[in-house]
Amino acid sequence: MIKLKSIISKIIASSIILIMSVAYANAQLTNIIPFGPGGESDVTARLQQKYYKEMFNEDMVIQYKPGGGGAVAWQTLNSEKSDGSLIMGANLPHIIMQPIANKETAGYTTSDLNVFTFFHYTPDAILVEASSPHKTFKDLVAFAKKNPGKLTLSGSGTYSANHLLTIQLEQKAGIKTTYVPFKGTGAANQALLGKQVEGSAGYSTVAIQLGDKARMLAIASDKRLPAFPDVPTLKELGYDIVSGAYRGYALPKSASTATKKKLSDRLMKINADKNFVKTMEDGGYVVINVGHDQVDKFMVEQKKINESIAKNLGLIK
Amino acid sequence: MTSLFADFLSSLSLLNVSLAFMGVLAGIIIGALPGLSATMAVAVLVPFTFSLNPSSALIVLGAVYTGAIFGGSWSAILINTPGTPSAVATTFDGYAMAKNGNGDLAMSVSCMSSFVGGIVGVTCLALFAPPLASISLAFGPTEYFWLAILGLTLISTLAEGDNIKSLIGACLGLLLSMIGISVVGGDMRLTGNISFLNSGIEIVSAMIGLFCIPVILDLTSLKGKHLTESESPKSLRLVEAFSIMFKNKLESLRGSLIGTFIGILPGAGGSIASIVSYGEAKRTSKKKDNFGKGEPEGLIASETANNATVGGGFIPTLCLGIPGTPPDAVILGALLIQGIKTGDTLFTQQSDIVYTFIFGLALATIIMLPLGLLMGRYAYKFIIKVPKEILIPSIIFLTIIGSYSIQNSILNVYFMFFFGLIGWVLNRAGFKASPIVLGLVLGGIAEQGFVQAYIIGNAQEAILANFFARPISIVIIFMITVGLLYPVFKDKFFKKKKLAHD
Repeated sequence: MIKLKSIISKIIASSIILIMSVAYANAQLTNIIPFGPGGESDVTARLQQKYYKEMFNEDMVIQYKPGGGGAVAWQTLNSEKSDGSLIMGANLPHIIMQPIANKETAGYTTSDLNVFTFFHYTPDAILVEASSPHKTFKDLVAFAKKNPGKLTLSGSGTYSANHLLTIQLEQKAGIKTTYVPFKGTGAANQALLGKQVEGSAGYSTVAIQLGDKARMLAIASDKRLPAFPDVPTLKELGYDIVSGAYRGYALPKSASTATKKKLSDRLMKINADKNFVKTMEDGGYVVINVGHDQVDKFMVEQKKINESIAKNLGLIK
Repeated sequence: MTSLFADFLSSLSLLNVSLAFMGVLAGIIIGALPGLSATMAVAVLVPFTFSLNPSSALIVLGAVYTGAIFGGSWSAILINTPGTPSAVATTFDGYAMAKNGNGDLAMSVSCMSSFVGGIVGVTCLALFAPPLASISLAFGPTEYFWLAILGLTLISTLAEGDNIKSLIGACLGLLLSMIGISVVGGDMRLTGNISFLNSGIEIVSAMIGLFCIPVILDLTSLKGKHLTESESPKSLRLVEAFSIMFKNKLESLRGSLIGTFIGILPGAGGSIASIVSYGEAKRTSKKKDNFGKGEPEGLIASETANNATVGGGFIPTLCLGIPGTPPDAVILGALLIQGIKTGDTLFTQQSDIVYTFIFGLALATIIMLPLGLLMGRYAYKFIIKVPKEILIPSIIFLTIIGSYSIQNSILNVYFMFFFGLIGWVLNRAGFKASPIVLGLVLGGIAEQGFVQAYIIGNAQEAILANFFARPISIVIIFMITVGLLYPVFKDKFFKKKKLAHD
């Protein structure tokens, strides 16, 4: 009995050590994801993880700090180490819209975050359920014009990229839609497939996840996606909208330019890897190379777009 | 059929069996520690699985998940703290049994119940996944709203003692559930400009505080042992546990089916499954009065249901690409990285992976039975034998680590202690923690369902029809009405009978 006991305790001890070592071995670059596990930020960081180890022989350790749609983590970034051993995920439109929409309680301003790169985005997309009578985007717009407000579109959250797409669409197409916010993409997809709504303002990744159960009518990317050569972009259809959720990384404000450059170069090197790009594209992600030298310009452009939407929503007077 | 057999064999490879074993083991330990949830357990292991082939990776993730959901029952039974949110209902009778000197029996019954629930869930996943997935799609915002209301009506059945106090507790829970940025509309509510509250009340740390801190305070202030020691500490009381399970075979099956069904509804999850199952068990049981005082039937209801959600939750995850439970979301992400596309085609074109995984999940559930019984015995003995002077600080240490690890934030720890104090004061005044937690869990679902159904109904210019004229809604409304009116009618009927006898 004593023998058995010691064996069991050894097994338990070794498995605890195993778990710990998986999580903390050789910790070099801590990557704080401001959301819970399982989302796009987590999935893409985990894809980078493998290449980071291979290319730079350093571990990227992923930690989660969810809460407040990211705000809980972003408030604390500037009290973290700035020597380049820690980066934090930074997402658009979140880091622009949250300080606008929740001025008093967001707990940070956009300029508090020292964003140094954006490495991909998931373009917004308009989807319908597979059996929907709306075959093309034109059909959908025609339906909305005929029945103002009856075009219900599910999406994830309020003031999210999905929500902002519907606002821009209303402006540019001169239609009235009803946006129905859900808690997360999964719930919005469930409403789409269950035909609770006419369509969904989702992401390109949704079309991959739902496969032939849903039809993507249009995508808000700059160019057509390799995974969906037949789906037109909104630009092609005559609506000048490029919109989506952009994902990148930020450092604390006190980080040096050299640190910014080093980390940005590393992540851009991963972005240049063919296999990495292929996996990302297969998943519906669009790789973009906004490095440390372009990021400021990029932020200014995005701010302009989001602020004009915020004005439209009455969030800025 | 031959190919199914081949899938079965491939799930039995030495690598897969040992992965399932390690997975269950790690899962049980993580699940048993309050605050370290099944989601966390799965997320930590995801990068580790990249080097494995897809089906082995899935097996180890499924095994950790299964183990963690079961492990949550340990801390529920031994220290009245649900290790994972899905073990809330396990505390009701599990802890009471442990207090009465039946802790070892409770550990055995909980393991066997988890086994039964897990197997039923996996069987439904293997046999009926596509049709069940389409049922989950019939649940729109309206149905979620009514389902949450149904859950709230169970409060009177759940809580022992004062009904009015339970209702007040539930209202407090509902109020707490409204704190933060609302999903629909994005309004800031009741946060008092504390940005930590933007994301709402963090349920797990609130739960650790409400359930565990009062126990620790009582333990410190009262004389006597933490739990009454079992009279026969040598044995596992396996025979007794088995005969209880056998006597309650129908109840076990009902709990498992409720768990599977609620598992297929994305966003509902194990906590609601075990609560609904417990409520149903209590409502229909002959030993209704024993519930909450250490009735094994209540423990069975909760534990069969929460482990059945594992198999149930994989149904929408694999068939629709919509994660059934939070751990499923992590597993779905891992699947996409492995290049597996979910949907109907998964069951036809990549059926070898799916069925190897399903058999692997069954295998993990089977491994869980002996492993859980054996480990459970040591866990029980440890808690019984260890002197209070060591036990109390250890539990406090665990609650702090647990609350901290949820968001890697010390604020969660303060928050947990804050709720602990509230829980202790309310406990003194006769308010129980469970109605508060129930209100907190169900409030968000009810509110979002209501507002979404209203928005959709408004767009269709048919608000009332959207609430009252949908078939599934009508069934749920009927269940709510029966549940609410039954006690009233029963009282009248019994009184008449009694009078006639007199």
